[in-house]
Amino acid sequence: MDQLDNLEPSGGVFHRLGQYFRPIPLLGYLIGFLVCVLWEMWIGEQLSALLGLPKMPVLFGILTIFKIIAGVVNFLIKGDAFVWASLVQIPTALIYLCLIYLLPLALVSRTVSRPANILARYLQGFPLIITALIQLALMYAILHFWSEMSDYRLITLKLMLIAVLFTLSLNIINGYMGEFSCSHPGFMAIGAYMTSLFTVGLFTSDKVLGEAVFSFGAAYLSFPLALLFGGIMASLGALIIAIPSFKTRGDYLAIISLAFLFIIKSLFENVQALGGSRGIAGQPNWATLPVIFITVAFGVWTINNFVTSTMGKALNAVRDDETAAEAMTVNTRKTKMAAFLFGAFWAGVAGGLLAHVLRYINPAMFSVQKLAEVLAMVYFGGLNSVYGSIVGAVSISLLGEALRPLEILKWIVIPLLLILVMIYRPTGLIAFKEFDVRQVFGPKEVD
Amino acid sequence: MTFNFIMQNLINALQWGSFYALIALGYSMVYSILMLFNFAHGDIFMVGAYIGLGVSLGLLSLFGAGASAILPGWLLLVLTILISMFLTAFVGIIVERVGYRPLREAPRASAAITGLMIGIILETSNILFLGGQRLKFPQLIESVTYNVGGVFVTNKKIMIVLVSLGLMLALHQLIARTKWGMAMRAMAYDYVVVPLVGVPLNTIAAMTFAIGSALAAAAGILFGLAYPVLDPYMGVSFGWKAFVAAILGGRGSIMGACIAGFMLGFIEIMTVPAIMITNRLFSLNIGSNLRDLIAYSIVLIILIFRPHGLFGQAYSAKLRL
Repeated sequence: MDQLDNLEPSGGVFHRLGQYFRPIPLLGYLIGFLVCVLWEMWIGEQLSALLGLPKMPVLFGILTIFKIIAGVVNFLIKGDAFVWASLVQIPTALIYLCLIYLLPLALVSRTVSRPANILARYLQGFPLIITALIQLALMYAILHFWSEMSDYRLITLKLMLIAVLFTLSLNIINGYMGEFSCSHPGFMAIGAYMTSLFTVGLFTSDKVLGEAVFSFGAAYLSFPLALLFGGIMASLGALIIAIPSFKTRGDYLAIISLAFLFIIKSLFENVQALGGSRGIAGQPNWATLPVIFITVAFGVWTINNFVTSTMGKALNAVRDDETAAEAMTVNTRKTKMAAFLFGAFWAGVAGGLLAHVLRYINPAMFSVQKLAEVLAMVYFGGLNSVYGSIVGAVSISLLGEALRPLEILKWIVIPLLLILVMIYRPTGLIAFKEFDVRQVFGPKEVD
Repeated sequence: MTFNFIMQNLINALQWGSFYALIALGYSMVYSILMLFNFAHGDIFMVGAYIGLGVSLGLLSLFGAGASAILPGWLLLVLTILISMFLTAFVGIIVERVGYRPLREAPRASAAITGLMIGIILETSNILFLGGQRLKFPQLIESVTYNVGGVFVTNKKIMIVLVSLGLMLALHQLIARTKWGMAMRAMAYDYVVVPLVGVPLNTIAAMTFAIGSALAAAAGILFGLAYPVLDPYMGVSFGWKAFVAAILGGRGSIMGACIAGFMLGFIEIMTVPAIMITNRLFSLNIGSNLRDLIAYSIVLIILIFRPHGLFGQAYSAKLRL
């Protein structure tokens, strides 16, 4: 019996920390984070001035820390002057992070965990949509207040949300269906251009596309229509890939999709009616944070429903063994068609959102470099998993932003990190993990 | 105009195709033996070109150039090619050891992503160590233009095509007639069982990468001779297009990669005269900057009608995934 008493795993600190955080449901974390953000809005400026930081840290203090490190590296390599007193900013940025985010989050979340659990259990009685809407509204409130404090935060957040949708749409084809499709930036390009054509052509006066046809109102109706139009056109473009995919798989599909990418890029560069290599500029500023958040949330929900449905299991069957799937009454043609068209639709919608956030698109934005970025996000986060795509897109976007002070070294650190992940977890960080919405939004059963 | 113009473009197409063929050979060899695509290959081409730049500058400073030359220009060129091929082979071996050996059991898509990332690291290291500006490749041999019945051919173009064909023949002899070549062919046939009879997989893998990288380096130096401005991102478009050529030729088929490389070069260069002739014949006005569009549409159509490439075998994906 004595042996059973020593069954507690070693590393008592981490175990106790895990025990501390275990009973907190998602609702608790959301409330805690909301309190942190409001707290930062209230005393963030004063605290950062008190701690001697040059300005309020925008990206959780990570940028501040990396700027100092980059300064030290520059001093060592190039001999640039470096103010050694600014080294104190590293610990003070960390103190800021703890005081504003980490400590309040831990304390508040733990305190409200019991009421949050009770509330979540109560809400479980209602249809799932009620719980989902409440928690999504809380999420949106957090993002809104967080991004209000700085324009940089706003644009980073918008681009990150778009990346989440784009990555998830590629994961349908690469992860769930096991292909290696290189055409996704092409679908994004079609979506971006078609959406821009719709909005710029019909609603604004533009040098290339002519006078406005409708007045500038009715943005609430016309932007969803524009996104829908862009998505559908991207799906139509995906037919060019889907039909050859019936006969070929693997490497040949990779080449067909790569050829498609080059063709689309060349097409947009050469058709002067679409702006040629100068692209289209001046999209109306309709892609605000609520619009992007609602579109991405809707997209994630739809894609999750798709991949957990029978059709989604068919995707996995086609990936694992196409002949056996065909023999077991899975209609492989319909499955491939559905996967390509659905993935391309959301890529097109993501492209439309991107066009309206940046308010300028040109063919060079959708080149092989974008392909490398999105492949990195999918494979880093994890194949065949909604969690994985979200984690991958958010991580790579944050890394790309956080490592910006390192300038060119950023492009050594990020690939190196990816290679390490590929060596030690070849299918990505969080692969093959199902996203059970009810469990995510529900209470944590711990007593 | 027409005949001379077409011949001119044919010669340019031969030259351009030989670059694609040499790089596609590297892709094909690695694929047939290790079942993976080395997406860093285009960047190894770039590294080879820069190593060639360094070696040729070193040789020029040692042996002089022009009037004070100790050795003739063509000998310097041969030495440059040989030394750079040797050095770039080491780069290839390091890439294999660090990037691909840990991933031998992993799904192939992970190896592909690793290749892409290694390529990015190579490009960034180039910018870090050499600065971002473009460098000029030294002209080791004088450019002499021959006029063959109205068609102007430079000796450089002839030399590039001849050197490429020579290297391909040499590779063929290596694979068909030597013991190591036989080992490589055996490994391409079945890479699981053949190591059991004593053929060392690690050595063969390293050798394949070395030979592929050496060929890419030769292509890099020839490219530097033809288009003397080097730029850190020059390998990107060549890498992807040579990948298209390697698959077009049929995966795993070395002869197919050569032929498809030349074919892709032909398609890319000859679309311009083809467009001009069509414009003349049918009085249309298609712009000649639709070159990429038409070239890749042709590739797409070839792949739709012959899905396994020109010389590829339709073996099931299940065995090799």
